[in-house]
Amino acid sequence: MLHSRRWITPYLLLLPGLLWLAVFFLVPMYYLGYTSLESGDLFTGYTFSWAWDNYRDAFTLYRSHFIRSLEYAGLATILAFLISYPLAYWIAFRGGRWKNLFLLLIIAPFFVTYLIRTLAWKTILADDGFVLSILRDLHLVSSDGRLLATTTAVVAGITYNFLPFMALPIYVSLEQIDTRLIEAAEDLYASRPRAFLKVTFPLSLPGVFAGTLLTFIPAAGDFINAQLLGTPKQQMIGNVIERRFKEVADYPQAAALSFVLMAAILILILVYARSVGTERVTTGTA
Amino acid sequence: MTTAVETVVASRNRPGALTRAWAFVRRHTLTFFAMLAFAYLLVPIAVVVAFSFNDPIGRFNFTWQGFTLKNWAHPFAYPDLGGAVRLSIEIAFFSSIVATIIGTLMALALVRYQFRGQGATNLLIFLPMATPEIVMGSSLLTLFLNFGNPFKLGFITILIAHIMFNISFVVVTVRARLAGYDRHLEEAAMDLFANPWVTFFRVTLPLIAPGILAGFLLAFALSVDDFVITYLVSGADVTFPLFVWGAARVAIPPQINVIGSAIFFIAVAFMLANVLWQRRQPKGAV
Repeated sequence: MLHSRRWITPYLLLLPGLLWLAVFFLVPMYYLGYTSLESGDLFTGYTFSWAWDNYRDAFTLYRSHFIRSLEYAGLATILAFLISYPLAYWIAFRGGRWKNLFLLLIIAPFFVTYLIRTLAWKTILADDGFVLSILRDLHLVSSDGRLLATTTAVVAGITYNFLPFMALPIYVSLEQIDTRLIEAAEDLYASRPRAFLKVTFPLSLPGVFAGTLLTFIPAAGDFINAQLLGTPKQQMIGNVIERRFKEVADYPQAAALSFVLMAAILILILVYARSVGTERVTTGTA
Repeated sequence: MTTAVETVVASRNRPGALTRAWAFVRRHTLTFFAMLAFAYLLVPIAVVVAFSFNDPIGRFNFTWQGFTLKNWAHPFAYPDLGGAVRLSIEIAFFSSIVATIIGTLMALALVRYQFRGQGATNLLIFLPMATPEIVMGSSLLTLFLNFGNPFKLGFITILIAHIMFNISFVVVTVRARLAGYDRHLEEAAMDLFANPWVTFFRVTLPLIAPGILAGFLLAFALSVDDFVITYLVSGADVTFPLFVWGAARVAIPPQINVIGSAIFFIAVAFMLANVLWQRRQPKGAV
């Protein structure tokens, strides 16, 4: 049956998966939109009433949380890129026969439960921890300065938690580069930095693009780092959604916030895809 | 970092002792930087493992007090921790099995057949991986809340959610292995009068088994680690990450580090075993 060219076979194979994703991914999106337009309260129950107020509140009351989420996610993505690119480059071109071991080291943090590795940062950055005491001795931090419960801690935590998502795609794209292209550039009297800028870096852009998305998307929706490493001043939109759902049971407002978050991320991705796309076209023709 | 440094060098493009000295420095700068990045990735893991041997005085396991083995001797000596770990394993086991079966069927359809709707199917598989977890969790919660009875929040809803987000990852993993595999072996079996079902179970399945196992292990790991979606759809049930979250507000027992370290070592062991198993497969088969 597997080899008969009957047109229906692939659909039969796909059926359970498509059904599951339709019922438990697409249909919930509809209910998210539906709930976001409800009004009422927990005791009288929520009813659908085209309550666009929920969206107005999302943009007014929670504007600062949205902006903060995008700022932190953007900052963490840039930091993850700055750390990952040299690291991936080093593994791809200097890793030798230990490449696979180094790759294992990159994904090692994923083997520790997300919450536990974030709590580990709490230990590292603690007021009586060794990092802070070294920084104080070097006078990089004032004697009453803190690391925990700061924006730095939250952004560092987000960067740490999503760094492998950035490093792996960049490594894959660097690893696939035909090194003869780089040699050819150098034979044609390109200096090594110039060969890097004109050959290696453009060829690794697909990995950078994928890594940026894989880092930015979960970072923008994160609330664990802000909760465990920050204070109410570092609360992100994820914290608000979480609290609206779990503590206040204000489902319509939480649903509206989720919807806006998803829309904001989609728009940013589209803008980013366009700018990266055009940039690649220009470097290709230059 | 690399880019900035190299642009400076590009502006004075003169070979000689200076450039060579600079190349030497840069070569080692990169290695030094890579070591720092590895430290950034691995220090929190070391902290988690080290503090599993700590003997904390208060309720919080944040400062080093003294070495003890008693946490490892009694890993479940904390109320409700054992039940949470058990629930996590049950959910991970059942959700990974279902997701692996559904996902493998989808991967077979996508690699083996050309059919109408292939692009849409790929998009539907990609979307759950590109959606922030908090949005997926919110949307599932609104679905479950709107339907009520058949989806009473708890074991069943957690299971449904985990299967949903695991399907995509299984498809991607299995598809990658299927794509590079030699179909001549199947054709040979058919030539030798094996019927399609026999061919599938005696030839195809054993050949793609490492890919399927890799998909299963990935799904299992993602399920055990998931916090955000589980937290939103869990009702009153508590998985291990949820236990950590709840505990972190009032206390952090060292047993959390013991379980976290154990998960880490088991995951690394499975990963190494899977890599070795795939090495054993004949060349060109996988």
